[in-house]
Amino acid sequence: MVNPDNVADVAALYERIYLIRRVEEEIIRIYPTDKVKSPVHLSIGQESVSVGVCSNLRSQDIVYATYRGHAAYLAKGGNLNKMFAELYGKVGGFASGKAGSMHLGDIDAGMIGTSAIVSTSIPLAVGNALAMRMQGRDVVTVVFFGEGATDEGVYHESLNFASLKKLPILFVCENNFYAIYSHVRDRMPDANICERANAYRIPAKKIEGGDIFAICNAARDSLAAINAGEGPQFLECMTYRWRDHVGPGEDRHIEYRPDSELDRWIKDDQVARLAGMLDAATRDKIESSTNSRIAAAETAAEESPFPDPEIMYTNVYQ
Amino acid sequence: MSISDRSISYATALYEATHQEMSRDPSVFVYGLGVDDAKGMYGSTMALHRDFGPERCFDTPLAEDAMTGVGIGAAIAGMRPIHVHQRMDFLLLCMNQLVNMAAKMGYMTDGAVKVPMVIRGIIGRSWGQGAQHSQALHSFFMHVPGIRVVAPTTPYDAKGCMIAAIRDNNPVVFMEHRMLYNNQGIVPEEPFEVPFGQARILSEGDDITILGISHMVVEALRAKHLLEKVGIDAEVIDPVSLAPLDIDTILRSVEKTGRLLIVDTSWLHCGASAEIIAQIYERQQGSRHFLARRLGYQETPCPTTRSLENVYYPSAKSIALRAYEMMGNDVASWVPDEVEAVEIAEFKGPF
Repeated sequence: MVNPDNVADVAALYERIYLIRRVEEEIIRIYPTDKVKSPVHLSIGQESVSVGVCSNLRSQDIVYATYRGHAAYLAKGGNLNKMFAELYGKVGGFASGKAGSMHLGDIDAGMIGTSAIVSTSIPLAVGNALAMRMQGRDVVTVVFFGEGATDEGVYHESLNFASLKKLPILFVCENNFYAIYSHVRDRMPDANICERANAYRIPAKKIEGGDIFAICNAARDSLAAINAGEGPQFLECMTYRWRDHVGPGEDRHIEYRPDSELDRWIKDDQVARLAGMLDAATRDKIESSTNSRIAAAETAAEESPFPDPEIMYTNVYQ
Repeated sequence: MSISDRSISYATALYEATHQEMSRDPSVFVYGLGVDDAKGMYGSTMALHRDFGPERCFDTPLAEDAMTGVGIGAAIAGMRPIHVHQRMDFLLLCMNQLVNMAAKMGYMTDGAVKVPMVIRGIIGRSWGQGAQHSQALHSFFMHVPGIRVVAPTTPYDAKGCMIAAIRDNNPVVFMEHRMLYNNQGIVPEEPFEVPFGQARILSEGDDITILGISHMVVEALRAKHLLEKVGIDAEVIDPVSLAPLDIDTILRSVEKTGRLLIVDTSWLHCGASAEIIAQIYERQQGSRHFLARRLGYQETPCPTTRSLENVYYPSAKSIALRAYEMMGNDVASWVPDEVEAVEIAEFKGPF
């Protein structure tokens, strides 16, 4: 159980969540220079889900995520230098610039891949869980997706099969209410996402408010159930996207959601919450070392060359 | 009978290849609707679940989209799945997974992961298969970098291509024609691979190159015999593998004969036949004049009734007549003998 009164627990969570927040703030700062030159889908406001869940994972566990995947990648222990270089389209990236922000994946970090086609990576995660079962390996698979993904047919097919085969997989729905600008109430007769998971005989728990401690502990319980052979588990984590669906900007001017809703979530910011639980010295130490790491990653990305044209033709076939 | 002249059917060749690879490599598994039922996918997966256990040969929910993704995820995790579709038309439900994930995961990770997966699609024909149980979709997949496409015609190639497909580290769309399943041919008992990207000259000739795809190879060989009676010597080519495509062998043949007739087991617009002719033209760049014609499905959905279905498909006769015309003859001057396509005439369904 992660204990809010335990300074080491809080510091560990803060180190990870602060890194993710700061990386994306840097992306916002850099973006107008056009060095990234590719769509980015920021996780700002939603970091507590990835951090809370991944704080329970072992290095051998496997994660699949979505095009909004910076948080999951870094929470799973992804390589910061490789990520920045990849965003810059440089050879220092994990895919030599062939992937970019929408296709983060780094097998060394245990994050296989992401997809820009909503819901499409979910069955791959189920397949990973099936393979782990067949190979007799002690690996849990976690798949992150938005509530928008639950609109898709393949999502339902995937839950059905995972439950049928009692596979060791944790489904994590990051419910931020909006698919681009379309509210969940305009897409479902009832946003009963947990109930739908239950209909497939998958135990599901809903966590309100983005509460990082509640997410940590719920994930811990879910993983224990999976490890006890109880089959797939499901978490619906309520959260909120502070920025526009795509790009670095704010989107208040579009007026598709009330300012008061956004302001309420900003007030409950989990990054600020954790920061406030640490003494100044601990906090400063984490922040300054994190900012140094980010600066070094940016420099390394700047210095890494663009791929030569012949790189284009490699690894089309394996 | 020595091993070298053992004759087995196309269906048995597929079964034998799968069984041998499952015995050799525990990461190979077979799944799809009906693979473990009493009919065993026309014999090609018969009782694999009994020999290798229900974990390695299993039926699935009716969920082609997710089940394709499950195979891709398992393949990335080190397995070698074979996903079987009793009709190729159902691959349309798998397009997102195959095109957006299977074809691209290797590239998007710059080779860190691979997707060694076989997707078997069986094309239906005859006995009223109709518009949705008769489509050959190879050209859809040939369009996409990252996917291999093979369409073996003989039992020998069926076995060798299946083993090569299972061992290949890429997604392989394996196109099988239902009308080939009972064809007999000499197939070695021991495992062997037929390498992709190597066309086969099934019968040599100097006058015209007839390239058939899948079942149309059989009709092209029948057409060759008809043409012999009017003194025309046709060379019949089976590309076997469509992606990669062995354009060199086709080009050499066309340079010899100066005439290319492609008979596809699908539509012509934007199809494999269009691609092959375009590549031949680009390679030749007018260095030698050559005639090119195409035959394939009529540009309609497939009708169900037999009277229309007979018109819908090319036949040995229509192929022979087109070749005869390409040799500079008046088609009105020749009535080829009727040739029965025995595999079609004898097919009694129900599926």
